[in-house]
Amino acid sequence: MSKLLEIEKLSISFSQYFKGLEQRELKVLSDLTMDVDDHEILAVLGSSGSGKSLLAHAILGILPSNAKVSGSIRYKGKEMDDELKEELRGNKISFIPQSVNNLNPLMKVKEQAIGYIKDEKDKEKIIKKQREIFNQYNLSEEVDEMYPFQLSGGMARKVLISTALLNDPEIIIADEPTPGLDEEAVKETINNLVELKEKGIGMILITHDINTAIETSDRIAILYLGYVIEITDTKNFSGEGEKLLHPYTRSLYRALPETYFELTEGHQPSYQNIPKGCPYHENCSRQIRECHYELPELREVNGTIIRCFNPLGEGD
Amino acid sequence: MYLNANNISFSYRKNKPILKNISISIPDNKVIGLMGDSGSGKSTLCKVISGYLNNYTGTITIDNELIDKTGYCPAQLIFQHPEKTMNPKWKMHKVLSESWNPPQELKDTFGLKEGWMNRWPSELSGGELQRFSILRALNPNTKFIIADEISTMLDTVTQVQIWDSLIDYCKKNKIGILAVSHDKELLEVIADNIVLFNDINKL
Ligand SMILES: Nc1ncnc2c1ncn2[C@@H]1O[C@H](COP(=O)(O)OP(=O)(O)OP(=O)(O)O)[C@@H](O)[C@H]1O
Ligand SMILES: Nc1ncnc2c1ncn2[C@@H]1O[C@H](COP(=O)(O)OP(=O)(O)O)[C@@H](O)[C@H]1O
Ligand code: SF4
Ligand SMILES: [Mg+2]
Ligand SMILES: [Mg+2]
Repeated sequence: MSKLLEIEKLSISFSQYFKGLEQRELKVLSDLTMDVDDHEILAVLGSSGSGKSLLAHAILGILPSNAKVSGSIRYKGKEMDDELKEELRGNKISFIPQSVNNLNPLMKVKEQAIGYIKDEKDKEKIIKKQREIFNQYNLSEEVDEMYPFQLSGGMARKVLISTALLNDPEIIIADEPTPGLDEEAVKETINNLVELKEKGIGMILITHDINTAIETSDRIAILYLGYVIEITDTKNFSGEGEKLLHPYTRSLYRALPETYFELTEGHQPSYQNIPKGCPYHENCSRQIRECHYELPELREVNGTIIRCFNPLGEGD
Repeated sequence: MYLNANNISFSYRKNKPILKNISISIPDNKVIGLMGDSGSGKSTLCKVISGYLNNYTGTITIDNELIDKTGYCPAQLIFQHPEKTMNPKWKMHKVLSESWNPPQELKDTFGLKEGWMNRWPSELSGGELQRFSILRALNPNTKFIIADEISTMLDTVTQVQIWDSLIDYCKKNKIGILAVSHDKELLEVIADNIVLFNDINKL
Protein backbone atom coordinates (compact mmCIF):
# COMPACT_ATOMS: atom_id res chain seq x y z
CA MET A 1 0.00 0.00 0.00
CA SER A 2 1.19 3.50 -0.66
CA LYS A 3 -0.23 6.93 -0.15
CA LEU A 4 -2.21 8.10 -3.15
CA LEU A 5 -3.55 11.28 -1.71
CA GLU A 6 -2.36 13.24 1.30
CA ILE A 7 -4.19 16.28 2.56
CA GLU A 8 -2.47 18.39 5.16
CA LYS A 9 -3.86 21.34 7.08
CA LEU A 10 -6.25 22.24 4.32
CA SER A 11 -8.31 25.34 5.08
CA ILE A 12 -10.92 27.03 2.92
CA SER A 13 -12.59 30.36 3.51
CA PHE A 14 -14.98 32.68 1.71
CA SER A 15 -15.26 36.43 2.03
CA GLN A 16 -18.84 37.39 2.50
CA TYR A 17 -20.45 40.75 2.72
CA PHE A 18 -22.35 40.90 5.95
CA LYS A 19 -25.35 43.23 6.19
CA GLY A 20 -24.23 44.70 2.87
CA LEU A 21 -21.14 46.51 4.15
CA GLU A 22 -18.88 44.70 6.48
CA GLN A 23 -16.72 42.05 4.86
CA ARG A 24 -16.15 38.89 6.85
CA GLU A 25 -14.16 35.74 6.40
CA LEU A 26 -16.15 32.53 6.65
CA LYS A 27 -13.77 29.70 7.42
CA VAL A 28 -15.61 26.62 6.22
CA LEU A 29 -12.79 24.08 6.42
CA SER A 30 -10.13 24.27 9.15
CA ASP A 31 -6.77 22.48 9.18
CA LEU A 32 -8.09 19.32 7.62
CA THR A 33 -5.57 16.49 7.58
CA MET A 34 -6.28 13.03 6.14
CA ASP A 35 -4.87 10.59 3.60
CA VAL A 36 -5.94 7.73 1.34
CA ASP A 37 -3.95 4.69 0.27
CA ASP A 38 -4.43 2.63 -2.83
CA HIS A 39 -6.74 -0.33 -2.20
CA GLU A 40 -8.52 1.78 0.37
CA ILE A 41 -11.84 3.51 0.87
CA LEU A 42 -11.89 6.37 3.31
CA ALA A 43 -15.46 7.30 4.10
CA VAL A 44 -16.19 10.87 5.16
CA LEU A 45 -19.25 11.45 7.30
CA GLY A 46 -20.33 14.67 8.89
CA SER A 47 -23.09 17.06 9.73
CA SER A 48 -24.69 18.67 6.74
CA GLY A 49 -22.78 21.81 5.96
CA SER A 50 -19.61 20.53 7.60
CA GLY A 51 -17.50 21.06 4.48
CA LYS A 52 -17.55 17.64 2.81
CA SER A 53 -18.44 18.78 -0.69
CA LEU A 54 -16.00 21.67 -0.47
CA LEU A 55 -13.27 19.19 0.45
CA ALA A 56 -14.12 17.24 -2.72
CA HIS A 57 -14.15 20.42 -4.81
CA ALA A 58 -10.78 21.46 -3.37
CA ILE A 59 -9.15 18.17 -4.37
CA LEU A 60 -10.54 18.50 -7.86
CA GLY A 61 -9.67 22.17 -8.19
CA ILE A 62 -13.22 23.27 -8.89
CA LEU A 63 -13.89 25.63 -5.98
CA PRO A 64 -15.61 28.91 -6.82
CA SER A 65 -13.16 31.70 -7.55
CA ASN A 66 -13.91 33.64 -4.35
CA ALA A 67 -12.69 30.73 -2.19
CA LYS A 68 -9.35 31.15 -0.39
CA VAL A 69 -7.40 27.94 0.07
CA SER A 70 -4.35 27.14 2.18
CA GLY A 71 -2.56 23.94 3.14
CA SER A 72 -1.36 21.13 0.97
CA ILE A 73 -2.81 18.35 -1.18
CA ARG A 74 -0.36 15.81 -2.59
CA TYR A 75 -0.94 13.20 -5.26
CA LYS A 76 1.60 10.37 -4.97
CA GLY A 77 3.88 12.67 -3.02
CA LYS A 78 3.62 15.50 -5.55
CA GLU A 79 2.13 18.83 -4.55
CA MET A 80 -1.04 19.46 -6.56
CA ASP A 81 -1.07 22.93 -8.07
CA ASP A 82 -3.95 24.14 -10.23
CA GLU A 83 -2.30 22.81 -13.34
CA LEU A 84 -1.84 19.30 -11.99
CA LYS A 85 -5.38 19.29 -10.62
CA GLU A 86 -6.75 20.10 -14.02
CA GLU A 87 -4.62 17.46 -15.66
CA LEU A 88 -5.79 14.74 -13.26
CA ARG A 89 -9.42 15.74 -13.11
CA GLY A 90 -11.63 13.39 -15.09
CA ASN A 91 -8.64 11.12 -15.81
CA LYS A 92 -6.62 9.81 -12.88
CA ILE A 93 -9.03 11.42 -10.45
CA SER A 94 -12.70 10.87 -11.12
CA PHE A 95 -15.57 12.66 -9.47
CA ILE A 96 -19.09 11.54 -8.66
CA PRO A 97 -20.83 14.83 -7.79
CA GLN A 98 -23.55 15.26 -5.17
CA SER A 99 -25.82 17.50 -7.18
CA VAL A 100 -27.72 16.06 -10.12
CA ASN A 101 -27.53 19.59 -11.51
CA ASN A 102 -24.05 18.57 -12.63
CA LEU A 103 -25.64 16.87 -15.60
CA ASN A 104 -25.77 19.17 -18.59
CA PRO A 105 -29.49 19.72 -19.24
CA LEU A 106 -28.99 20.26 -22.97
CA MET A 107 -27.00 17.15 -23.73
CA LYS A 108 -28.19 13.58 -24.16
CA VAL A 109 -27.07 11.18 -21.48
CA LYS A 110 -24.76 9.09 -23.64
CA GLU A 111 -22.99 12.08 -25.16
CA GLN A 112 -22.14 13.53 -21.80
CA ALA A 113 -21.09 10.19 -20.36
CA ILE A 114 -18.45 9.55 -23.02
CA GLY A 115 -17.38 13.18 -23.24
CA TYR A 116 -15.46 14.70 -26.11
CA ILE A 117 -13.23 12.19 -27.92
CA LYS A 118 -11.01 13.11 -30.83
CA ASP A 119 -9.99 9.71 -32.09
CA GLU A 120 -12.71 7.65 -33.84
CA LYS A 121 -11.06 4.38 -32.77
CA ASP A 122 -11.02 5.40 -29.12
CA LYS A 123 -14.61 6.47 -29.46
CA GLU A 124 -15.80 3.01 -30.41
CA LYS A 125 -14.00 1.50 -27.45
CA ILE A 126 -15.43 4.04 -25.03
CA ILE A 127 -18.95 3.61 -26.38
CA LYS A 128 -18.68 -0.13 -25.91
CA LYS A 129 -17.46 0.32 -22.38
CA GLN A 130 -20.13 2.88 -21.65
CA ARG A 131 -22.81 0.38 -22.71
CA GLU A 132 -21.27 -2.31 -20.50
CA ILE A 133 -21.21 -0.09 -17.45
CA PHE A 134 -24.71 1.25 -18.12
CA ASN A 135 -25.96 -2.33 -18.46
CA GLN A 136 -24.50 -3.16 -15.07
CA TYR A 137 -26.67 -0.42 -13.65
CA ASN A 138 -29.77 -1.43 -15.60
CA LEU A 139 -29.66 1.71 -17.71
CA SER A 140 -31.19 0.59 -21.00
CA GLU A 141 -30.24 1.85 -24.46
CA GLU A 142 -33.32 4.02 -24.32
CA VAL A 143 -31.65 5.98 -21.54
CA ASP A 144 -28.67 6.82 -23.81
CA GLU A 145 -30.91 9.07 -25.84
CA MET A 146 -32.66 10.77 -22.92
CA TYR A 147 -32.10 14.27 -21.63
CA PRO A 148 -31.48 14.70 -17.89
CA PHE A 149 -35.00 16.00 -17.16
CA GLN A 150 -36.42 12.67 -18.30
CA LEU A 151 -34.51 10.71 -15.68
CA SER A 152 -35.80 9.80 -12.26
CA GLY A 153 -33.60 10.84 -9.32
CA GLY A 154 -32.18 7.34 -8.96
CA MET A 155 -31.47 7.05 -12.67
CA ALA A 156 -29.64 10.39 -12.72
CA ARG A 157 -27.53 9.16 -9.83
CA LYS A 158 -26.67 5.96 -11.73
CA VAL A 159 -25.66 7.98 -14.78
CA LEU A 160 -23.28 10.05 -12.64
CA ILE A 161 -21.68 6.92 -11.17
CA SER A 162 -21.28 5.14 -14.50
CA THR A 163 -19.76 8.22 -16.08
CA ALA A 164 -17.10 8.41 -13.37
CA LEU A 165 -16.05 4.82 -14.05
CA LEU A 166 -15.40 5.30 -17.75
CA ASN A 167 -11.84 6.61 -17.64
CA ASP A 168 -10.08 4.00 -15.47
CA PRO A 169 -9.34 6.37 -12.61
CA GLU A 170 -6.80 5.75 -9.82
CA ILE A 171 -8.65 7.88 -7.34
CA ILE A 172 -12.39 8.37 -7.05
CA ILE A 173 -13.98 11.16 -5.08
CA ALA A 174 -17.61 10.18 -4.61
CA ASP A 175 -19.91 12.80 -3.09
CA GLU A 176 -23.07 11.03 -1.95
CA PRO A 177 -23.39 8.34 -4.60
CA THR A 178 -26.33 6.48 -3.07
CA PRO A 179 -29.25 8.74 -2.09
CA GLY A 180 -32.36 8.04 -4.10
CA LEU A 181 -31.21 4.59 -5.13
CA ASP A 182 -33.38 1.63 -4.25
CA GLU A 183 -32.04 -1.25 -2.19
CA GLU A 184 -31.02 -3.23 -5.25
CA ALA A 185 -29.08 -0.35 -6.78
CA VAL A 186 -27.40 0.46 -3.46
CA LYS A 187 -26.20 -3.15 -3.27
CA GLU A 188 -24.95 -2.93 -6.84
CA THR A 189 -23.10 0.28 -5.99
CA ILE A 190 -21.58 -1.24 -2.87
CA ASN A 191 -20.31 -4.24 -4.85
CA ASN A 192 -18.93 -1.90 -7.46
CA LEU A 193 -17.10 0.27 -4.95
CA VAL A 194 -15.58 -2.75 -3.25
CA GLU A 195 -14.55 -4.21 -6.60
CA LEU A 196 -12.86 -0.94 -7.55
CA LYS A 197 -11.01 -0.94 -4.27
CA GLU A 198 -9.82 -4.49 -4.84
CA LYS A 199 -8.49 -3.40 -8.22
CA GLY A 200 -6.33 -0.87 -6.40
CA ILE A 201 -8.32 2.32 -6.55
CA GLY A 202 -8.19 4.69 -3.60
CA MET A 203 -11.44 6.39 -2.81
CA ILE A 204 -12.86 9.18 -0.72
CA LEU A 205 -16.49 8.28 -0.18
CA ILE A 206 -18.47 11.22 1.13
CA THR A 207 -21.80 10.04 2.39
CA HIS A 208 -24.60 10.29 4.91
CA ASP A 209 -25.40 6.67 4.28
CA ILE A 210 -23.60 5.10 7.21
CA ASN A 211 -24.56 1.58 6.15
CA THR A 212 -22.85 1.98 2.80
CA ALA A 213 -19.80 3.43 4.57
CA ILE A 214 -19.74 0.43 6.92
CA GLU A 215 -19.98 -2.06 4.09
CA THR A 216 -17.33 -0.52 1.87
CA SER A 217 -14.80 1.54 3.76
CA ASP A 218 -11.68 0.78 5.76
CA ARG A 219 -11.61 3.94 7.82
CA ILE A 220 -14.18 6.60 8.53
CA ALA A 221 -13.41 10.29 9.03
CA ILE A 222 -16.03 12.48 10.69
CA LEU A 223 -16.34 16.22 10.05
CA TYR A 224 -18.10 18.85 12.12
CA LEU A 225 -18.17 22.56 11.37
CA GLY A 226 -15.18 22.27 9.07
CA TYR A 227 -13.04 20.28 11.52
CA VAL A 228 -12.01 16.64 11.43
CA ILE A 229 -13.17 15.41 14.81
CA GLU A 230 -12.42 11.70 14.52
CA ILE A 231 -10.79 9.19 12.14
CA THR A 232 -11.58 5.67 13.20
CA ASP A 233 -11.52 2.09 11.95
CA THR A 234 -14.75 1.24 10.18
CA LYS A 235 -15.18 -1.83 12.38
CA ASN A 236 -15.78 0.51 15.33
CA PHE A 237 -19.13 1.43 13.79
CA SER A 238 -20.84 -1.58 15.29
CA GLY A 239 -22.73 -2.84 18.30
CA GLU A 240 -23.85 -0.01 20.54
CA GLY A 241 -21.14 2.25 19.13
CA GLU A 242 -19.12 1.75 22.32
CA LYS A 243 -15.79 1.95 20.43
CA LEU A 244 -16.61 5.39 18.99
CA LEU A 245 -14.83 7.96 21.08
CA HIS A 246 -16.14 11.38 20.02
CA PRO A 247 -19.57 12.33 21.39
CA TYR A 248 -20.77 13.59 17.98
CA THR A 249 -19.64 10.41 16.21
CA ARG A 250 -21.55 8.33 18.68
CA SER A 251 -24.66 10.49 18.20
CA LEU A 252 -24.44 9.93 14.44
CA TYR A 253 -24.30 6.19 14.94
CA ARG A 254 -27.07 6.08 17.52
CA ALA A 255 -29.33 8.21 15.30
CA LEU A 256 -29.50 5.43 12.71
CA PRO A 257 -33.01 4.03 12.39
CA GLU A 258 -31.42 0.57 12.71
CA THR A 259 -29.91 1.40 16.10
CA TYR A 260 -31.84 3.82 18.31
CA PHE A 261 -33.09 6.69 16.10
CA GLU A 262 -31.89 8.69 19.07
CA LEU A 263 -32.59 12.42 19.13
CA THR A 264 -29.65 14.72 19.88
CA GLU A 265 -30.69 18.33 20.43
CA GLY A 266 -28.83 21.29 18.97
CA HIS A 267 -27.74 22.34 15.49
CA GLN A 268 -24.31 22.91 14.05
CA PRO A 269 -23.44 26.55 14.86
CA SER A 270 -23.07 29.13 12.14
CA TYR A 271 -19.73 29.69 10.40
CA GLN A 272 -20.26 33.38 11.03
CA ASN A 273 -19.47 32.77 14.67
CA ILE A 274 -17.52 29.58 15.08
CA PRO A 275 -17.40 29.10 18.86
CA LYS A 276 -14.13 29.49 20.69
CA GLY A 277 -12.76 26.21 21.99
CA CYS A 278 -14.13 22.89 20.79
CA PRO A 279 -16.40 23.30 17.74
CA TYR A 280 -18.90 20.88 19.32
CA HIS A 281 -19.03 22.24 22.86
CA GLU A 282 -22.37 24.05 22.54
CA ASN A 283 -24.09 20.72 21.96
CA CYS A 284 -21.85 18.42 23.96
CA SER A 285 -22.98 16.70 27.11
CA ARG A 286 -19.41 15.85 28.13
CA GLN A 287 -17.90 19.31 28.02
CA ILE A 288 -15.36 20.25 30.66
CA ARG A 289 -13.75 23.61 31.43
CA GLU A 290 -11.12 23.72 28.71
CA CYS A 291 -13.65 22.82 26.00
CA HIS A 292 -14.80 26.46 26.17
CA TYR A 293 -11.38 28.08 25.73
CA GLU A 294 -9.13 25.79 23.81
CA LEU A 295 -9.35 23.99 20.51
CA PRO A 296 -8.51 20.33 21.14
CA GLU A 297 -5.67 19.15 18.86
CA LEU A 298 -5.96 15.95 16.84
CA ARG A 299 -4.36 13.15 18.83
CA GLU A 300 -4.28 9.38 18.88
CA VAL A 301 -6.20 7.35 21.45
CA ASN A 302 -6.22 3.55 21.09
CA GLY A 303 -5.51 3.73 17.38
CA THR A 304 -8.24 6.28 16.75
CA ILE A 305 -7.44 9.86 15.79
CA ILE A 306 -9.61 12.21 17.74
CA ARG A 307 -10.11 15.90 18.51
CA CYS A 308 -11.60 15.89 22.00
CA PHE A 309 -10.50 16.63 25.58
CA ASN A 310 -12.88 14.21 27.22
CA PRO A 311 -13.53 11.29 24.88
CA LEU A 312 -16.08 8.63 25.66
CA GLY A 313 -14.95 5.26 26.98
CA GLU A 314 -16.38 1.83 26.28
CA GLY A 315 -18.50 1.95 29.41
CA ASP A 316 -20.18 5.28 28.57
CA MET B 1 -59.93 14.86 6.93
CA TYR B 2 -58.57 12.67 4.12
CA LEU B 3 -56.73 13.26 0.90
CA ASN B 4 -57.86 10.64 -1.59
CA ALA B 5 -56.22 9.92 -4.91
CA ASN B 6 -58.62 7.72 -6.84
CA ASN B 7 -57.80 5.66 -9.91
CA ILE B 8 -54.93 7.83 -11.01
CA SER B 9 -53.34 7.01 -14.36
CA PHE B 10 -50.59 8.98 -16.00
CA SER B 11 -48.01 8.73 -18.76
CA TYR B 12 -45.34 11.11 -20.02
CA ARG B 13 -45.48 9.59 -23.49
CA LYS B 14 -48.21 7.80 -25.39
CA ASN B 15 -48.37 4.03 -24.86
CA LYS B 16 -45.92 4.19 -21.97
CA PRO B 17 -48.02 4.31 -18.84
CA ILE B 18 -46.14 5.11 -15.63
CA LEU B 19 -49.07 5.16 -13.20
CA LYS B 20 -52.09 2.94 -13.65
CA ASN B 21 -55.27 3.03 -11.58
CA ILE B 22 -53.49 4.06 -8.42
CA SER B 23 -55.56 4.77 -5.36
CA ILE B 24 -54.11 5.96 -2.09
CA SER B 25 -55.60 7.62 0.93
CA ILE B 26 -53.80 9.91 3.37
CA PRO B 27 -55.45 10.83 6.67
CA ASP B 28 -54.62 14.21 8.20
CA ASN B 29 -53.32 12.68 11.41
CA LYS B 30 -51.00 10.02 10.02
CA VAL B 31 -47.71 9.44 8.29
CA ILE B 32 -48.10 7.09 5.33
CA GLY B 33 -44.82 5.60 4.13
CA LEU B 34 -44.37 4.76 0.44
CA MET B 35 -41.61 2.46 -0.83
CA GLY B 36 -40.69 1.24 -4.31
CA ASP B 37 -37.93 0.73 -6.88
CA SER B 38 -36.18 3.70 -8.39
CA GLY B 39 -37.75 4.80 -11.63
CA SER B 40 -41.04 3.09 -10.82
CA GLY B 41 -43.05 6.32 -10.61
CA LYS B 42 -43.17 7.41 -6.98
CA SER B 43 -42.04 10.93 -7.72
CA THR B 44 -44.47 11.10 -10.61
CA LEU B 45 -47.32 10.18 -8.25
CA CYS B 46 -46.10 12.82 -5.79
CA LYS B 47 -46.12 15.43 -8.54
CA VAL B 48 -49.62 14.48 -9.61
CA ILE B 49 -50.98 14.70 -6.07
CA SER B 50 -49.39 18.07 -5.45
CA GLY B 51 -50.54 19.64 -8.70
CA TYR B 52 -47.31 19.72 -10.72
CA LEU B 53 -48.62 17.41 -13.44
CA ASN B 54 -52.09 17.94 -14.79
CA ASN B 55 -52.85 15.60 -17.67
CA TYR B 56 -53.73 12.59 -15.54
CA THR B 57 -56.97 10.70 -15.29
CA GLY B 58 -58.68 9.96 -12.00
CA THR B 59 -59.51 12.35 -9.19
CA ILE B 60 -57.82 13.89 -6.21
CA THR B 61 -60.08 14.98 -3.42
CA ILE B 62 -59.78 16.39 0.06
CA ASP B 63 -62.81 15.43 2.14
CA ASN B 64 -64.55 14.35 -1.05
CA GLU B 65 -64.11 17.71 -2.73
CA LEU B 66 -61.93 18.04 -5.80
CA ILE B 67 -58.80 20.11 -5.23
CA ASP B 68 -59.11 23.52 -6.86
CA LYS B 69 -56.36 23.43 -9.48
CA THR B 70 -56.15 27.19 -9.80
CA GLY B 71 -55.36 28.11 -6.20
CA TYR B 72 -52.64 27.28 -3.68
CA CYS B 73 -52.30 23.51 -3.60
CA PRO B 74 -53.11 22.23 -0.11
CA ALA B 75 -50.87 19.22 -0.77
CA GLN B 76 -47.34 20.63 -0.80
CA LEU B 77 -44.45 18.72 -2.31
CA ILE B 78 -40.99 18.68 -0.79
CA PHE B 79 -38.59 17.35 -3.41
CA GLN B 80 -35.70 14.98 -3.19
CA HIS B 81 -33.41 17.56 -4.79
CA PRO B 82 -33.99 20.97 -3.22
CA GLU B 83 -31.53 22.65 -5.58
CA LYS B 84 -33.87 21.90 -8.46
CA THR B 85 -36.80 23.76 -6.90
CA MET B 86 -35.14 27.09 -6.25
CA ASN B 87 -34.66 29.96 -8.60
CA PRO B 88 -30.85 30.34 -8.74
CA LYS B 89 -31.29 34.08 -9.24
CA TRP B 90 -33.18 34.55 -5.97
CA LYS B 91 -31.54 34.93 -2.62
CA MET B 92 -32.79 32.64 0.11
CA HIS B 93 -34.96 35.22 1.89
CA LYS B 94 -36.91 35.63 -1.33
CA VAL B 95 -37.11 31.89 -1.91
CA LEU B 96 -38.72 31.54 1.51
CA SER B 97 -40.90 34.65 1.68
CA GLU B 98 -42.42 33.85 -1.70
CA SER B 99 -44.37 31.22 0.25
CA TRP B 100 -44.67 32.80 3.70
CA ASN B 101 -42.76 34.28 6.60
CA PRO B 102 -42.46 31.57 9.22
CA PRO B 103 -42.17 32.64 12.86
CA GLN B 104 -38.66 32.74 14.34
CA GLU B 105 -39.48 29.84 16.63
CA LEU B 106 -40.17 27.57 13.68
CA LYS B 107 -36.96 28.68 11.96
CA ASP B 108 -35.07 27.76 15.12
CA THR B 109 -36.76 24.37 15.35
CA PHE B 110 -35.56 23.51 11.87
CA GLY B 111 -32.12 25.04 12.41
CA LEU B 112 -32.49 27.75 9.79
CA LYS B 113 -29.77 30.36 10.29
CA GLU B 114 -30.33 34.09 9.77
CA GLY B 115 -26.93 34.29 8.05
CA TRP B 116 -28.17 32.05 5.23
CA MET B 117 -30.95 34.43 4.18
CA ASN B 118 -28.68 36.68 2.17
CA ARG B 119 -27.04 33.90 0.16
CA TRP B 120 -27.73 32.40 -3.24
CA PRO B 121 -28.89 28.79 -3.36
CA SER B 122 -25.50 27.76 -4.81
CA GLU B 123 -23.84 28.99 -1.63
CA LEU B 124 -25.59 26.55 0.68
CA SER B 125 -25.03 22.84 1.22
CA GLY B 126 -27.63 20.25 0.18
CA GLY B 127 -28.82 19.72 3.73
CA GLU B 128 -29.11 23.45 4.39
CA LEU B 129 -31.22 23.94 1.27
CA GLN B 130 -33.52 21.12 2.28
CA ARG B 131 -34.42 22.91 5.52
CA PHE B 132 -35.60 25.85 3.44
CA SER B 133 -37.81 23.68 1.29
CA ILE B 134 -39.35 22.05 4.36
CA LEU B 135 -40.11 25.36 6.01
CA ARG B 136 -41.37 26.83 2.76
CA ALA B 137 -43.88 23.99 2.50
CA LEU B 138 -45.28 24.51 5.99
CA ASN B 139 -47.29 27.54 4.84
CA PRO B 140 -50.51 27.81 6.95
CA ASN B 141 -52.63 26.84 3.91
CA THR B 142 -50.93 23.47 3.65
CA LYS B 143 -53.06 20.49 4.66
CA PHE B 144 -50.83 17.66 3.45
CA ILE B 145 -47.10 17.27 3.04
CA ILE B 146 -45.84 15.08 0.22
CA ALA B 147 -42.27 14.31 1.26
CA ASP B 148 -40.32 12.76 -1.61
CA GLU B 149 -37.10 11.39 -0.11
CA ILE B 150 -36.52 14.53 1.86
CA SER B 151 -33.91 13.30 4.30
CA THR B 152 -31.51 11.28 2.16
CA MET B 153 -29.12 14.22 1.92
CA LEU B 154 -29.06 14.81 5.68
CA ASP B 155 -26.75 13.40 8.31
CA THR B 156 -28.42 10.94 10.65
CA VAL B 157 -28.55 13.35 13.60
CA THR B 158 -30.27 16.00 11.48
CA GLN B 159 -32.53 13.35 9.96
CA VAL B 160 -33.90 12.46 13.39
CA GLN B 161 -34.32 16.15 14.28
CA ILE B 162 -36.11 17.02 11.04
CA TRP B 163 -38.54 14.10 11.21
CA ASP B 164 -39.12 14.66 14.90
CA SER B 165 -39.96 18.35 14.34
CA LEU B 166 -41.91 17.81 11.13
CA ILE B 167 -44.09 15.05 12.55
CA ASP B 168 -44.63 17.00 15.76
CA TYR B 169 -45.65 20.12 13.80
CA CYS B 170 -47.91 18.16 11.47
CA LYS B 171 -49.67 16.22 14.23
CA LYS B 172 -50.36 19.47 16.11
CA ASN B 173 -51.63 21.22 13.00
CA LYS B 174 -53.53 18.27 11.55
CA ILE B 175 -51.36 17.95 8.49
CA GLY B 176 -51.13 14.50 6.91
CA ILE B 177 -47.81 13.24 5.53
CA LEU B 178 -46.95 10.99 2.62
CA ALA B 179 -43.33 9.97 3.14
CA VAL B 180 -41.48 8.40 0.19
CA SER B 181 -38.22 6.67 1.01
CA HIS B 182 -36.03 3.74 0.04
CA ASP B 183 -34.98 3.37 3.62
CA LYS B 184 -37.18 0.65 5.05
CA GLU B 185 -35.80 1.05 8.55
CA LEU B 186 -36.52 4.77 8.47
CA LEU B 187 -40.12 4.24 7.35
CA GLU B 188 -40.56 1.64 10.05
CA VAL B 189 -39.79 4.21 12.73
CA ILE B 190 -41.57 7.27 11.27
CA ALA B 191 -44.61 5.91 9.44
CA ASP B 192 -47.93 4.70 10.82
CA ASN B 193 -48.49 2.53 7.73
CA ILE B 194 -46.21 1.49 4.90
CA VAL B 195 -47.55 1.10 1.37
CA LEU B 196 -45.57 -0.70 -1.34
CA PHE B 197 -45.73 1.18 -4.62
CA ASN B 198 -45.85 -1.97 -6.72
CA ASP B 199 -48.93 -3.11 -4.83
CA ILE B 200 -50.93 0.01 -5.70
CA ASN B 201 -49.66 0.54 -9.26
CA LYS B 202 -51.84 -1.74 -11.41
CA LEU B 203 -49.50 -1.86 -14.43
N1 LIG C 1 -19.81 29.56 -2.42
C1 LIG C 1 -19.98 29.60 -1.09
N2 LIG C 1 -19.97 30.76 -0.41
C2 LIG C 1 -20.14 30.80 0.93
N3 LIG C 1 -20.35 29.71 1.70
C3 LIG C 1 -20.38 28.51 1.09
C4 LIG C 1 -20.21 28.38 -0.33
N4 LIG C 1 -20.31 27.07 -0.67
C5 LIG C 1 -20.54 26.42 0.50
N5 LIG C 1 -20.58 27.27 1.56
C6 LIG C 1 -20.81 26.92 2.97
O1 LIG C 1 -19.78 26.06 3.40
C7 LIG C 1 -20.28 25.08 4.29
C8 LIG C 1 -19.88 23.68 3.82
O2 LIG C 1 -20.55 23.38 2.59
P1 LIG C 1 -20.49 21.96 1.90
O3 LIG C 1 -21.30 22.04 0.65
O4 LIG C 1 -19.09 21.51 1.78
O5 LIG C 1 -21.25 21.07 2.98
P2 LIG C 1 -21.44 19.48 3.03
O6 LIG C 1 -20.66 18.99 4.20
O7 LIG C 1 -21.15 18.89 1.71
O8 LIG C 1 -22.98 19.39 3.41
P3 LIG C 1 -24.15 18.39 2.88
O9 LIG C 1 -23.95 17.15 3.65
O10 LIG C 1 -25.39 19.10 3.33
O11 LIG C 1 -24.00 18.26 1.41
C9 LIG C 1 -21.80 25.28 4.36
O12 LIG C 1 -22.14 25.93 5.56
C10 LIG C 1 -22.10 26.15 3.17
O13 LIG C 1 -23.19 27.00 3.45
N1 LIG D 1 -40.31 14.60 -17.64
C1 LIG D 1 -40.27 13.31 -17.96
N2 LIG D 1 -40.42 12.92 -19.26
C2 LIG D 1 -40.39 11.61 -19.59
N3 LIG D 1 -40.22 10.60 -18.72
C3 LIG D 1 -40.06 10.91 -17.42
C4 LIG D 1 -40.08 12.27 -16.97
N4 LIG D 1 -39.89 12.28 -15.61
C5 LIG D 1 -39.78 10.97 -15.24
N5 LIG D 1 -39.87 10.15 -16.32
C6 LIG D 1 -39.83 8.68 -16.31
O1 LIG D 1 -40.88 8.20 -15.48
C7 LIG D 1 -40.45 7.05 -14.74
C8 LIG D 1 -40.77 7.25 -13.26
O2 LIG D 1 -39.98 8.28 -12.74
P1 LIG D 1 -40.10 8.78 -11.24
O3 LIG D 1 -41.53 9.05 -10.93
O4 LIG D 1 -39.15 9.91 -11.05
O5 LIG D 1 -39.62 7.48 -10.45
P2 LIG D 1 -39.25 7.25 -8.89
O6 LIG D 1 -39.57 8.50 -8.16
O7 LIG D 1 -40.11 6.10 -8.46
O8 LIG D 1 -37.81 6.90 -8.85
C9 LIG D 1 -38.97 6.85 -15.07
O9 LIG D 1 -38.89 5.80 -16.00
C10 LIG D 1 -38.53 8.15 -15.71
O10 LIG D 1 -37.57 7.94 -16.72
S1 SF4 E 1 -13.63 18.55 23.49
FE1 SF4 E 1 -15.11 18.80 25.10
S2 SF4 E 1 -16.88 19.78 24.11
FE2 SF4 E 1 -15.56 18.95 22.52
S3 SF4 E 1 -16.44 16.97 22.09
FE3 SF4 E 1 -14.81 16.66 23.57
S4 SF4 E 1 -15.83 16.76 25.55
FE4 SF4 E 1 -17.25 17.59 24.06
MG1 LIG F 1 -22.41 18.17 0.20
MG1 LIG G 1 -38.06 9.73 -7.14
